[in-house]
Amino acid sequence: MKKAYLLLADGTLFEGVSVGAEGRTISEIVFTTGMVGYQEILTDPSYYGQTICMTYPLIGNYGLNAEDFESRKSWVSGFIMREACAYPSNWRCDRSIDAYLKSQNIVGLAGIDTRRLTRLLRQSGVMNGILYSEGYEPDEQMIEEMKNFRITGAVDAVTVKEIEHHPAVGEAQRRVALFDFGVKNNIVRELCRRGCDVDVLPARTAPETVLSGNYDGIMLSNGPGDPAENTEIIENLKVLRTSGLPIFGICLGHQLLALSIGAKSAKMKFGHRGVNHPVKDLAADRTYITSQNHGYAILADSVDPEIAEVSHINLNDNTCEGIRHKNAPIFTVQYHPEVCPGPLDSAYLFDQFIDLMNAEKGGNN
Amino acid sequence: MPLRKDIHKVMVLGSGPIVIGQAAEFDYAGTQACRALMEEGLEVVLVNSNPATIMTDKAMADKVYIEPMTLDSVKQIIRKERPDSLLPTLGGQTGLNLAMELADQGFLEEMNVKLLGANPETIAKAEDRQMFKDTMEKIGEPCIASKVVHTVEDAVAFTEEIGLPVIIRPAYTLGGTGGGIAYTWEQLKEIAASGIMYSRVDEILVEKCIAGWKEIEYEVMRDGKGNVITVVNMENIDPVGVHTGDSVVVAPSQTLCDKEYQMLRTAALNIITELGIEGGCNVQFALNPDSFEYAVIEVNPRVSRSSALASKATGYPIAKIAAKIAIGYGLDELTNAVTGKTVACFEPTVDYIVVKFPRWPFDKFVYADKTLGTQMKATGEVMSISNSFEGAMMKAVRSIEMKVDSLSMPSVAKLDDETVKQKVGICDDERLFAICEALRRGIMTIDEIHAITKIDTWFLNGFKRITDMEHTLEQAEEITEELYLAAKKFGFTDKVIERLSGKSCEKVHRLPVYKTVDTCAAEFDAETPYYYSTYDEETEVKPSSGKKKVLVLGSGPIRIGQGIEFDYCSVHSVWALKRLGCETVIINNNPETVSTDFDTADRLYFEPLTPEDVTGVVNAEKPDAAIVQFGGQTAINLAKHIESLGVPILGTPAWSIDAAEDREKFDVILNDHGIPRAQGDTVFTEEEAVEVGNRLGYPVLVRPSYVLGGQGMEIAYKEEEIREYMQIINRTKQENPVLVDKYLMGREIEVDAICDGEDILIPGIMEHMERAGVHSGDSISVYPSITIEEKHKKTIIEYTEKLAKSLAVLGLVNIQFVLYNDEIYVIEVNPRSSRTVPYISKITGVPMVDLATRCMFGEKLKDLGYGTGLYPEGNTYAVKVPVFSFQKLRDLDTQLGPEMKSTGEVLGVSTSFREALLKGLLGAGLELKKKGSVLISVKDSDKQEAVNIAERFAELGYELYATPGTALTLNRHMVPTNSVRNAHEPEPNMLNLIEDGKVDYVISTSVKGRHPELASVRIRRTAVERAIPCLTAIDTASALLRCLEGDIRVENCEMVDINTVGVDHE
Repeated sequence: MKKAYLLLADGTLFEGVSVGAEGRTISEIVFTTGMVGYQEILTDPSYYGQTICMTYPLIGNYGLNAEDFESRKSWVSGFIMREACAYPSNWRCDRSIDAYLKSQNIVGLAGIDTRRLTRLLRQSGVMNGILYSEGYEPDEQMIEEMKNFRITGAVDAVTVKEIEHHPAVGEAQRRVALFDFGVKNNIVRELCRRGCDVDVLPARTAPETVLSGNYDGIMLSNGPGDPAENTEIIENLKVLRTSGLPIFGICLGHQLLALSIGAKSAKMKFGHRGVNHPVKDLAADRTYITSQNHGYAILADSVDPEIAEVSHINLNDNTCEGIRHKNAPIFTVQYHPEVCPGPLDSAYLFDQFIDLMNAEKGGNN
Repeated sequence: MPLRKDIHKVMVLGSGPIVIGQAAEFDYAGTQACRALMEEGLEVVLVNSNPATIMTDKAMADKVYIEPMTLDSVKQIIRKERPDSLLPTLGGQTGLNLAMELADQGFLEEMNVKLLGANPETIAKAEDRQMFKDTMEKIGEPCIASKVVHTVEDAVAFTEEIGLPVIIRPAYTLGGTGGGIAYTWEQLKEIAASGIMYSRVDEILVEKCIAGWKEIEYEVMRDGKGNVITVVNMENIDPVGVHTGDSVVVAPSQTLCDKEYQMLRTAALNIITELGIEGGCNVQFALNPDSFEYAVIEVNPRVSRSSALASKATGYPIAKIAAKIAIGYGLDELTNAVTGKTVACFEPTVDYIVVKFPRWPFDKFVYADKTLGTQMKATGEVMSISNSFEGAMMKAVRSIEMKVDSLSMPSVAKLDDETVKQKVGICDDERLFAICEALRRGIMTIDEIHAITKIDTWFLNGFKRITDMEHTLEQAEEITEELYLAAKKFGFTDKVIERLSGKSCEKVHRLPVYKTVDTCAAEFDAETPYYYSTYDEETEVKPSSGKKKVLVLGSGPIRIGQGIEFDYCSVHSVWALKRLGCETVIINNNPETVSTDFDTADRLYFEPLTPEDVTGVVNAEKPDAAIVQFGGQTAINLAKHIESLGVPILGTPAWSIDAAEDREKFDVILNDHGIPRAQGDTVFTEEEAVEVGNRLGYPVLVRPSYVLGGQGMEIAYKEEEIREYMQIINRTKQENPVLVDKYLMGREIEVDAICDGEDILIPGIMEHMERAGVHSGDSISVYPSITIEEKHKKTIIEYTEKLAKSLAVLGLVNIQFVLYNDEIYVIEVNPRSSRTVPYISKITGVPMVDLATRCMFGEKLKDLGYGTGLYPEGNTYAVKVPVFSFQKLRDLDTQLGPEMKSTGEVLGVSTSFREALLKGLLGAGLELKKKGSVLISVKDSDKQEAVNIAERFAELGYELYATPGTALTLNRHMVPTNSVRNAHEPEPNMLNLIEDGKVDYVISTSVKGRHPELASVRIRRTAVERAIPCLTAIDTASALLRCLEGDIRVENCEMVDINTVGVDHE
C-alpha cells in the first residue's frame, strides 16, 4: 500500500496510507463531526479550498450513489479518514469512496489517528497543511506556500457561469431567483418541490437583472470562503434588500446579507462543521438540531437593531445563527435547513419563505 | 421551563427483580433518576422489591420501600406517603404497567397524584396494539400489516389473509414473553394460544413477518416545550426476527446513508412528538434493505435496555435527563455533564463504534432451547468500544466470559464442514461463530452466507477480515511490527496472536493508548475521564491527582450466579474509597450498570476484563493498589495477574482464594481447627468420580471448583447420574478438579462477615427455608434466623472467626454451613463479597462494603461503631425469595437443585415473619389463591413429607390431584386424592389437567435428571408455560402453606420504609 502524509503548518506530520488520487494539495484543514453524509460533504461547494477530516472513523461503508451528489463535482482539496471501506454495502451504492476520489482526482489519506488531528485543530484552530502521497514530497518553497495559503476567489470558482433553470415539481406557483454562491442541489430541490420555478443565477448577477426578472423571491445560497471578500456582491445585495422582494439566505448568503446591512464577520477558531448543533429560535423558544458548515460567523452585536435582529443563536457558543429584518420580508440563517447531510428539522424555513412570497403577492395561496 | 412548582414529593417505581428482559439497566436508570430528583430538593419515595439494587440504598431516596411491585402494596404506600407525583418511566415495563393500572382504576386521580413523564393516553398509544397502529396511521408512519386479536381462531383467519409466516406479539409483556414467529399453521395455533395467555389483557398482535429487513433503533428524547433530539441510533447485526436483546448490535448504524439515517430519525422524532412523551423513548424500525421502504416495529415510551446502552455508548445520561424533563426542565436548560459547557439539547456524535454482545445462560442450561427469536433469552450483555468494527467485535467476545478470546468457538470449531454450513442457517447463540467458522474454512462465500442469514455484507466482510487476519498470522514467518499493529487494531490479544502464529510477540509488544468518550467527537474538551483502548498515536489519559489511586475491578456481564449484587458491591467500594480520599479507577464492560456510569468512579475504563486488557489500564494508570473482592468471580480470577504486575491487592490476598477453593489446602485448615465438613474428594475423570461416589455412598454432591453460582453442580443419587453430570461438566475443559462430596440433607445456614485481621463482624445469620441441596441463590432465605438455637449460633460465630483468620480474610467473607444431626458442618467458604451482601446491609443497617473497604485500609472494626462478633439481631424479618425466568427458556427443567437457576430476587420485610414471607412470595410473582386445586407428584424420598403438605392443603379446602404413586401414598394416609395418569401415560393425563387450567398449584419433585423428555420435567414445563406456580421442593410448599393458612392479606400489612429499620449509627 502506498503511503500518504499530512504536514501541518505547525510542523506536525501524520503518516497514513494513500486513498483516491495520488498527488499533493495545499489547503486549509478542517474537521466535520457528522457520522454519515460523506458523499454530500464531498460535493458541497462550501468546502472549496479545504481538506476535510472526518471524525467518524469508518468512511465509505455504504459507498456512493448517483442520486446523492450535492453539486456537479467534488470541491474539496483533500479528504482524510481513519478507514476507507473497500467493500461498501447499500442497495443504491454504485462506487467506492476510493473510486470516487480517484475519479475526482482528490488526494486522500487514511489510517491516521483522526482524533488526534481533530484535537489538534480544536486546540490550535484551523490550520493549513499539505496533503501528499508518497513520491509527491513537498519542498521548502511549497511548505512556505502552504503556510501563507488563503482561500480566495472561492465564490467565483464555484458559481455557475450562466443561468440554470429548474422547473417546479408540478404546477409552478412562484418564481425564485437563487444566487449561486456555491449552492447545494438540495436547496434547488426543496424549492422546486414547493412549487417554485428556480433560476440559479451566477453570483455576480446584477440586481437589475433580478428586479426585472419577474421573480417572487430571492434565495441566497450557501458557499465557501471569507464573506467579506465578496465586496461587489455585498453592494448588489444592498440594492436587492430594499426592493421589497422576500429574501431567504443560507450560510454564506446569510453572512453576505448581514454584511450588506453593516454587520461584521469574523473567522472562527475551528468553525462549526457537523450535524448536531443546537440552534435556538429565540422568538419561538424552541431549539432545533441543525446541520452546519461554516468557518466564519456574523458578530451578533454588530447587527444594527434598527434594521434587523438576531433571531437564532447557537446554544453551544451563543454565536449568531439567524437574522430577521424588521421592515422587510427578509430572514437568513447561518445553518443549513436544506441539510444533505443532516437532520430535516429545519425544512420548515423553506415553508416560511414560501409564505413570505405568498404574503407579498397578497395572500395568494 | 424550570422546575415545576406543583411537584414536591415524587414516588419513583423501580423494575422489581432481575428477570430476562429486565436486568440491571433499570437500577442504573432508577439510581440516576433518584439522584437527579434529590439534587433538586424534592422528596423522593422509592418502591422496588429488588434488594440487590443500588437504588434501594438508604441514601438514594428519602423513603425506600422494598415491597412487592403489586397494585395492592403500591396503593398502600401511596396512601401512607401521599406523594403528589409518580414517575413511572424509569422502572421498565413493570413500573409502567403498574402506573397504568393505578391510573386506569382512577386511584391516582383519587389520591391527587400526577403522572410525570408520560400520561396514560401516551402509554396506551404506544403499548396498545390497535391504538398504536391508529396513531402511526394518523401521522403517516408505516406499520407492518397486522391485526389485534383475542382468540386463536381470529389469529388463523387473519393469517389466511396475509399469509405465513407471521409474528405473534402479546400485548403488555416484556421481552416478548409468549411471542414468536409461526412458519406453520400448527406453530401459529400454539404460539397464539400461549401469547394470549401471557398478555395482561388477553391480546395478541398477528403481524406479517418481515424477517430479513434491517432492524434499526433510535433513542430519542423530548421535553415539555417540544424540543426533540436523537441520542444515537443502533443497527442490529441480526436482521428483524431476533429480539434486539438477543442481537449483536452496533452503534451508530453502519450501513445507512444519510438519506436513510435522516428518514428514520425524522420518523422517530415525529412519533415521540405525536405521543407527547416528556422524557426518553425507544423506536424500533424495520428497513427494507433494497429500498427506502420502512416500518415502525415498536415504540417503548420509557427508558429501556437500549437507552442504557445508548447512554454508555455516547456518554449522554438519558435517565438523568429524562428525570429532569419529567419535573419541568427543558432540554435547552440542562447542561451536557460530559463537556460541562454545552447544553443537553444536542445530539451526541461519536468517533468510534460500539458493539453490544448478549450473554446467554446456555452454558448452564444445557437442555434449554437455544434458538433465538422474538422472545429474549439473554440474561445480560457486554459492550465494547473501538475505532474499528473488528476491534470492537473482538473486545466484545472476550468480554462475555464464555471462554472464547476470538471469533472461534471450540464447540463449533470441532464440527465437520456440513454441520457448520447447517449451523449458519440456524439462528441460535452460536450462529455468529458458525458464520466465522465457515468463512475461516472458506466453505461458504459472503454472498452465500448473506443469502441465508440476510446479515448485511458489510458486517460479514468485517468477520472475514478477522478470519483473514487469523490466516495471515498463521502463515507469518515472523511477527513484524506492522503485522502486530494490524492485528492489534483488529482486537487480537497477544495470546491469540501467539497461539495462531506460534511465535512470540515479545519484541514487538506494545500497549494500547486510551481515547475519551466525550459525546462530541473531540469538538469540545470533555471533563469526564471515560476511556476505551485503541492502538493509536496519542493517549488522552489525564494526569493523576496525586491522591492514592485504587483500581476496582467490576464484574462483567450479568449471568446466572453473578448478578447485579456484585455491581452494588463494586460501586459501594468506589464510594467508600472516595470518602477515604482515594482516586478511583474502575474497569468494567457491562453497559447496564451503575459502575459504568461516568460519574461513579473518578476514571472509567470500558474494557474487557481479561489479563491483557487489565495490563493496559494498569500501565496507563499505575494504581497504588487494586481491589478484587467485590467484582465476583470475574474480578477474583484476575487477582493473581494483577499481583504479578506489581500492584498490591488490598484486602484478602490471592493465596487465600486458592486455599478456600483447593480441596487439600482447605482440609488442612479445617482439620487444624477441628471444623467438620462433609466427606469428599477431588477428581478429574468420570471414572474417578464414580469411584468416590461409590465409596462415600449416595447421594453425593458433584461440582467443579472455582466457579460461582454452583455452575455444573448437581446432586447424584446413583452412579448413572454421576456419569451424566461428569460428562456435562467436562464438555468445557476443566482447569481445576471437580469436587465430589457426601451430601448432607440438613438445614442450610449462610453468613456474610467482615474481618479486619483481628476481629470479625457478622451482620446477620441467614437461614434457608429449603434444605441443603437447593443452591443458596435459589433458596428462600430468612434473616434473622428462626430455628437456629443459640448454641449453634455460637458455633457458627466461632467457626466464622477461625476460618476468616486462618484464610487471612481482610474484608468480606461468605460462609455456608449446614446443620445436620445437631452438628454444624462447613459447606464452603468464599473469601469475597456475595449475593447476600446488599440485602443484609440494608436490613441490618451495617454498611458492609464500606466497613470492609475501611478495614483494608487498616481501620479496625472495634473503632467503626458497629461492634464485633454477631451484630444484634433486629426485630424486623427480611425474607429473600428467588425469582426465575423459566417462562423465557423453553425446555429448561425448573427443578431446583445445587446449580443456581434464578435470575433475581425480591425481599419481603416485616416485623412478622409470616408477613415478610407473604410479601416475599407476592413480590416474586406468586399469586395466593385461597381455594382451588393442587397437583402433587413427588419423588419417593419426599412422599412421607408430602403427606403433611397434602393434608394441610386439604384442610384449607383444596382439591388434590396426584400421580399414581404419590396418590397411593396420600390415600393410604387418609388424605383423599384423585389419582391422575402421569405425563408419559396415555391421554387424558396430568398434562391435560394442567393445560385445561384445572390446577392452581403444582408440587413436583424428582431426581431423575433434567432431560426435557422426562415426564416430571414436562409436568413442570407445562405448568410454567401456563403460568401456574410450580414448587419443586417440599420446604417451599411448606412456606407457601404458612402464608395460606395465616389468611393474611397484603392490604393489612404494614409497608416498611427501609430507612427506619436497623440501628442508626450515622
